[in-house]
Amino acid sequence: MASPALILGLLFALCLSLGSALGSWFQGWSGGRNQSANVLNALIGDSRRMFANHFFAKADAYFHSGYYPTIFDSQKREEESHLAGGHEPAGEEGELHQHDENCKHDESDEPGHQHDASCNHDDSEEASFLGKPKDWIDRFSRNFYPVHHSHLEKGGERELLPWLRVSAELDPQRVETYTIAAYWLRSRLGKVKEAEQFLREGLRANPGSCEIYFELGRIHAEDLKEPAMARNLWEIALRKWAAQEKAGEKPDGFVFQEITGNLAKLALNENDFEQAIYYLKFLKQKSPTPDRIEAQIQELELKLKK
Amino acid sequence: MNNAFAVAGIVIKEMYRRKDFYVLFILTALITLAMGSFKLFNDDRIVRYLKEICLLLIWISSLVIAITTAARQLPAEKELRTIFPLLAKPITRGQLILGKFLGCWLACGMALLLFYVFFGIISGAREHQFPVFNYLQALWLHWILLAVVVALVLFGSVVLSAVSVNVTISFIVVVGILFVGRHLNKVALQLTEPAQSIVYSIYFAIPHLEFYDVRDLIIHDLPAIPWKIVILAGGYGACYTGLFLFATWLIFRRKALN
Repeated sequence: MASPALILGLLFALCLSLGSALGSWFQGWSGGRNQSANVLNALIGDSRRMFANHFFAKADAYFHSGYYPTIFDSQKREEESHLAGGHEPAGEEGELHQHDENCKHDESDEPGHQHDASCNHDDSEEASFLGKPKDWIDRFSRNFYPVHHSHLEKGGERELLPWLRVSAELDPQRVETYTIAAYWLRSRLGKVKEAEQFLREGLRANPGSCEIYFELGRIHAEDLKEPAMARNLWEIALRKWAAQEKAGEKPDGFVFQEITGNLAKLALNENDFEQAIYYLKFLKQKSPTPDRIEAQIQELELKLKK
Repeated sequence: MNNAFAVAGIVIKEMYRRKDFYVLFILTALITLAMGSFKLFNDDRIVRYLKEICLLLIWISSLVIAITTAARQLPAEKELRTIFPLLAKPITRGQLILGKFLGCWLACGMALLLFYVFFGIISGAREHQFPVFNYLQALWLHWILLAVVVALVLFGSVVLSAVSVNVTISFIVVVGILFVGRHLNKVALQLTEPAQSIVYSIYFAIPHLEFYDVRDLIIHDLPAIPWKIVILAGGYGACYTGLFLFATWLIFRRKALN
């Protein structure tokens, strides 16, 4: 039998040769995770996207102070999500929730209902996912977790941000995370610089996103009072939207309305009626109320003639 | 009762001689402090995520301590054959079980107290408020939960063959109850008979450990629970603890030790 030292030396030489042979191949392999600068990507690969949703929902749960449906109430989950409605649609300041046919609010909530801690949703809304207690255990257990609908306010909204940050780290291609975080940062926490930085981070991950360009434009228009910069950004957003539509990606029509509506508003502020009419004509194509837009166009055309 | 307390004293001494608690406490502290050192969006007033992470680590650590400590009590005595001189003394098997339970539960309580003091310091430093009453309630309810868990694991240690099996099954049962216990009734209602009755029976039979998980109330600074409810929850926990200890005694009293 050969000496143990010899066997050990041979095995070591074999390991070294195999290591150098495989090392160069591994460096060039496209499936290797070591090329990623992101620790999470290196650790869990593409499965991280699965968790991004969880953390995004967690931010929503925080917004409702823990009052949030579980997977066992999944049917109601989409209807109850208010966080995604964090944008203020153009011209409807203070409107935090994108109302649509899925909304389960009372008629009295409409229009312009602003969700905050003073929200007085009645018990029927709470019952929408908790329902009446089914038995004594259910009734008793409700003492130990949040059962009242409330929203964070007075800067408490900052508590959502860590989870949105984690969600963005896990799934950088999820545009919604950047736009929503930016909304809370600039509108409720007064952190305009941080909002812009986060959006630019999102832009690096999603260079074709019209939503991020639009949000950046809003920061420049509403917070930094730089209309020229805002117009440039919104024009880029419009071009990105058109490019997406051309590529058959079915971009969100609401974003188109927002972009054209804001561009028209900006032109009106500068008394550039011609430009305003130009954008309003675009807006009319996708607007749910084309008659109203047409009336506005005619009014502007009259002003222009005068 | 003195005999039971004497056994409990030995269990507590064993607990602080072992390294499990120290390792878990240091890990919890390190992870929490590391998480707290991040300054997100230049805002140092963000605190709830830190409370959530810290409480999650405390819960994991406390369950690990409770289950692993309780699971090895009786099997270790048998394996090391120390159970024979122990039972040769004027101590009944019932007192031995009660002593083991008390020892594990009190040891868990001491560990829990340290964890919650750390949690209070961390959240107080960031939040600039210290709701002692709410933290005491959370600590008390958490401790009651550990009583049920320790009793359940002791029961497992006389029924199941090996410590590893007991630890694994106990973890699955406890975590399973914490995650889905509250929702079994909803699941049952979506099923057809006889599955519905079976799931509903399980729902009523299991100890609802989720009663004692008030982390969401602490994280979101919600009001304290009325004391009447806390006392009722304590009574509910005591019933299940008594049930498991009695079942353990029933099996252990006639069990051959060889």
